[in-house]
Amino acid sequence: MQRIGVFVCHCGSNIAATVDVKKVVEMALKEQGVVHAEDYPYMCSEAGQSRIGEAIAQKKLTGIVVCSCSPRMHEATFRKAAERYGLNPYMVEIANIREHCSWIHKDMEEATEKATILMRAAVAKVHLNAPLQAGESKVTKRALVIGGGIAGIQTAIDIADAGYKVDIVEKTPSIGGRMSQLDKTFPTLDCSACILTPKMVEAAAHENITIHTYSEVEKVSGFVGNFTVDIRKKARMVDIDKCTGCGVCQEKCPSKKTPNEFNRGLNNRSAIYTPFAQAIPNVPVIDTDACIKFKTGKCGVCQKVCQAGAIDYTQKDEIITENYGAIVVATGFDTIKLDQYGEYAYGQSKDVITSLELERVMNAAGPTKGHLERLSDGKAPKEIVFIQCVGSRCSDDRGKPYCSKICCMYTAKHAMLIRDKYPDTNVTVFYIDVRTPGKNFDEFYRRAVEDYGVNYIKGQVGKVIPQPDGSLLVQGVDLLDQKRIMKKADMVVLATAIEPNPDVRKIATMLTASIDTNNFLTEAHPKLRPVESPTAGVFLSGVCQGPKDIPETVAQAGAAAVKVIGLLAKDKLKTNPCTAKSDELLCNGCSTCANVCPYGAITYETKLINDHGIREDRRVAVVNSALCQGCGACTVACPSGAMDLQGFSNRQILAEVDAICR
Amino acid sequence: MQRLIDRAKELLGSGEVARVLGWRKGENSWDVEPAFFASAEELDGFVYDGFCGANLSKYMIEASKLEGKTLVFLKPCDTYSFNQLIKEHRVDRDKAYIVGVGCKGKLKIENIPAKGILSVEGAGYPDAAEMLTVKTLYGDVQVAYKDAMLERCHVCKGKDHMIFDEQIGESADTLDGDRFAQVAAIEAMSPEEKFAFFQAELSKCIRCNACRNVCPACSCRKCVFDSNKFDSAQKANTTSFEEKMFHIIRAFHVAGRCTDCGECSRVCPQGIPLHLFNRKFIKDINELYGEFQAGADIDARGPLTDFRQDDCEPSIVGKRG
Repeated sequence: MQRIGVFVCHCGSNIAATVDVKKVVEMALKEQGVVHAEDYPYMCSEAGQSRIGEAIAQKKLTGIVVCSCSPRMHEATFRKAAERYGLNPYMVEIANIREHCSWIHKDMEEATEKATILMRAAVAKVHLNAPLQAGESKVTKRALVIGGGIAGIQTAIDIADAGYKVDIVEKTPSIGGRMSQLDKTFPTLDCSACILTPKMVEAAAHENITIHTYSEVEKVSGFVGNFTVDIRKKARMVDIDKCTGCGVCQEKCPSKKTPNEFNRGLNNRSAIYTPFAQAIPNVPVIDTDACIKFKTGKCGVCQKVCQAGAIDYTQKDEIITENYGAIVVATGFDTIKLDQYGEYAYGQSKDVITSLELERVMNAAGPTKGHLERLSDGKAPKEIVFIQCVGSRCSDDRGKPYCSKICCMYTAKHAMLIRDKYPDTNVTVFYIDVRTPGKNFDEFYRRAVEDYGVNYIKGQVGKVIPQPDGSLLVQGVDLLDQKRIMKKADMVVLATAIEPNPDVRKIATMLTASIDTNNFLTEAHPKLRPVESPTAGVFLSGVCQGPKDIPETVAQAGAAAVKVIGLLAKDKLKTNPCTAKSDELLCNGCSTCANVCPYGAITYETKLINDHGIREDRRVAVVNSALCQGCGACTVACPSGAMDLQGFSNRQILAEVDAICR
Repeated sequence: MQRLIDRAKELLGSGEVARVLGWRKGENSWDVEPAFFASAEELDGFVYDGFCGANLSKYMIEASKLEGKTLVFLKPCDTYSFNQLIKEHRVDRDKAYIVGVGCKGKLKIENIPAKGILSVEGAGYPDAAEMLTVKTLYGDVQVAYKDAMLERCHVCKGKDHMIFDEQIGESADTLDGDRFAQVAAIEAMSPEEKFAFFQAELSKCIRCNACRNVCPACSCRKCVFDSNKFDSAQKANTTSFEEKMFHIIRAFHVAGRCTDCGECSRVCPQGIPLHLFNRKFIKDINELYGEFQAGADIDARGPLTDFRQDDCEPSIVGKRG
């Protein structure tokens, strides 16, 4: 029989204002096995913890229940306290009477009753608890960064500077990401490539950084400190070691009709291509879907013209397997598809473009060599209308409910640059709100309005109608003047909402990292652990976690790096002893558990089993407790109930349910 | 039938197999029971006719532990169960010599609407007659073979054996029903109606465990209803709801592994349509994860124990109720 102590925390008024803590103590003392119960204003305080210690010593407690906040908050605190006072840390259970009770109830009587029930469930569980011992696991001192944009590059450089090896896996043929597509950056208007390229070069040249471009993460197994990752290195068809990057192959390639992804499909590229001039590595890839050699078997021009003999049509995808201690997700974003926004005539008129397309139009390396011109007829636009919040802050299913955060600033940037370079071009911006919180941000926007004469209209655009003369009729409202506006424009620019890279769902699933309803990766704590995923060993960098601009991304990238360094600096990690265990006498040997185990922790052995006198060779499951992460998938999949989770056994959970239903 | 016996004797005689797993006549011609035959003489009691509904797959679990190979006769639908058992490592493929036997639909004596039955003629192998002649205390009765068939034969999975070493005999196409019609009808009921339906059916249960004992998916070494490790063992039904728990737990335990062989309903002495539970799971699996037939493919991973990127989200499963 356990000797259980119950400790009820007031959490100041957080709990005590809604839960009658004295009553919970009184009820606890009526529970079987409870030999001690008390309440205290702050159980987590030094004084609170020492009260627990005293009770353990004086009442010879074998298990304790702390009725307090969420176990995510202080379970570790109380387990450590118990250990300090000579009790096995796994003999501690938390009854969450704050988040699950006092914070969500108003009525004291009801809340007290619920707190009592939660306490009872925890006591019922402790009765069945057994002391568990944590093991140790080694830490692989190498990190993986998924995504080679500015977030991934910065994280990688910071980790590498601390002396740890880092691999960057980038899906496209070059690192650089979205930032490499931008022309100028707010609020200082410096050229994006000018500040990004040195970072790219630094990453490429760093002795601790290995870059895998044109590669994708295929499979992830393992756990914090010991991830094993399969990386698919897609066949470039170009030998990365031989290629000199001279570019002749791209010039001579006869297949030049593929939409150029880097220029958002505004012009075409050759089948063998490097996405942009500053690409790292400066080695082209062959797009086998476009290449004539791969489609018809005839051509081979690039191979003939290549002086270095780098073209190799026989290359195959290669899968490499690497071990990592930590994984950083830096998968970035894309703009949303505008299929559902027919009213803006995007797709109907070439002169309705997204802001990211405008970045390419304005860029010297873009489809128009940096000249601002209409994509339909090449004429200089005299009237440009910017429409804000296209798909952002959207209340229906077509768009995103959140603010994309960067659009107000980049639109002010675009407007200002256009007015500066083409003073005879009028610029009008339709907006819901102008949101510019950030260092020197509002000043930047004010400059656009006051110094550059950009016409800001508070109101939404209902429809953009292409006219027979090639212009665009913009119908909108001016909410301040309370009138309808019909405006002729030569070009319309849509501030399209951003969304996480569509690949993130696949990656999150592989990493068992959680994502929110908008596919942004969730943080371990939105305020206190913003760069960590709830999955241990997985960290978040950049827009994959939420919309942010470049300064914020770089700051978060550094923060993620620090967390990774903190992890890699350890030689050993304590493992979770709450692992699965198989009852050999019940095991059917059916392999279902091994099939569902995401960690590959279950193997099968043929063993001589003595089942109450029946001796026979049986195929039984064996759990490797060093690999098992205690997810419990096997325990529910096991048809015979042979698998159980230590610390969360079926009996314990049923005992809790019984106690709640009592 | 003689071909089966001859072949069995041949294989026994050559030592290729150590025993034969088949069917044996019972007290009445329709009381056929599964049986092991160790010698040519014993095979004289062998029978294969329209009453050989029993699925022999499960008996191969014990047979797999014996010395030597066992010759087992499997009907097309039985082979799904056998495959599923191979997949779960419960039977040893190398210990089985499988003769796939033809099947023209199997009969259920309860489906013959006659009192005082003395014998049934026309159920024999290989050419099941269109009509059965039932001799009763009160004279002869003619019954259409189809009308006396087991429910499962009306929704037959097909004439192909999924696994075999050799095949003997032809199979007939007996499929003339909609496998999920009854499940769909229950789905359309209101929650109260559903409860009343299952209440009426399951309150008939006498907990004889026949359904569990015959079920090829219920092959655990120690059933949760027998093991003192679980609170479900020997639990008395204290409420009308608890009455249903045995069957609900059983349905969950076999979900995704059940081949819909229909043995549970065939053996139930109370005539409870137990297969409906399993078929509801199969229907849901088909609709949520794509068509899946347990036991059709030994290497296929069951949708419930597999994870794919495009699996439907739990919220969608939850909404179905």
